[in-house]
Amino acid sequence: MSKHEMTTTDNATNRTYTADIATENATQHRVSLRPLVNITEAEDGFTLTAEMPGVPKDAVEVKVEDGLLTLAGDIKLPQVTGMKSTYAEVKTARYQRAFTLSRELDSTKIEASQADGVLSLHIPKAEHAKPRKIEVQVG
Amino acid sequence: MYGSLFNLTDGLFNHSAFPNKLFNELEQLQQQFGGRSIVSNIRPIARGTFPAINLGTTDSSVEVLVFVPGVAADSIQLQIDKNRLTIEGERQLKHNADDKKTTLYAQERFSGKFKRVITLPEDVDVNNVSASCQDGVLKISIQRHAEALPKRIAIH
Repeated sequence: MSKHEMTTTDNATNRTYTADIATENATQHRVSLRPLVNITEAEDGFTLTAEMPGVPKDAVEVKVEDGLLTLAGDIKLPQVTGMKSTYAEVKTARYQRAFTLSRELDSTKIEASQADGVLSLHIPKAEHAKPRKIEVQVG
Repeated sequence: MYGSLFNLTDGLFNHSAFPNKLFNELEQLQQQFGGRSIVSNIRPIARGTFPAINLGTTDSSVEVLVFVPGVAADSIQLQIDKNRLTIEGERQLKHNADDKKTTLYAQERFSGKFKRVITLPEDVDVNNVSASCQDGVLKISIQRHAEALPKRIAIH
């Protein structure tokens, strides 16, 4: 009975969205790990480091869309044949986390690098947002 | 003060409105879903500590995955004493707190020395261990003694 109820609710929800949003919704519902981050702000921009151990460099996804910075990646580890998991603290093989960017940041100039499972991003501030002195004109 | 708080809870749980049978069932359910029983090993595995660990076994080996992002392989020490595996190391994340021009917004990442001890199955062969580190994951493979392997017994 409950299974039937769930299906109908799902259908009802999907109907109200456009196809695109429905797909995105499905992705968001996938269980993912939240990468731990450190974030610092300096005069010229933000530095963000995120831990994604097990994700090779070419599997790291960084995208900016409508002021939303999304970090994601799939853990890819060599499989051991016939292995049974007995204890797991890392329970899923996908990381995902998003951050809202403020307008002062220049998302077109984000620099990214990855080493030893740590993703480092530098998000510069737009030229107009950098601190500057304003000359007061005497008129 | 706290004692009375605990007594209150105790009283609540002993209340006749909650028959014991219900609690037994609840505990059984909890064990089924959460796997958190009130009984645990004398050397329990600490949760939520750095680094995170996954364990697995095959017929011939014990596989340990240690998630050590940003830790150089040569700064990790591994040691096996009987069936206890010790993983020790250090990760210092530099943040210049004296620099007034930078602001720290999030500091979720662990910084400092770490040490974790895992109890392995008793049949591991401490002389037959291999370890490798890639993309921030340390993979340790420990062979099990041949006597521990499943054997087919022929019937004559």
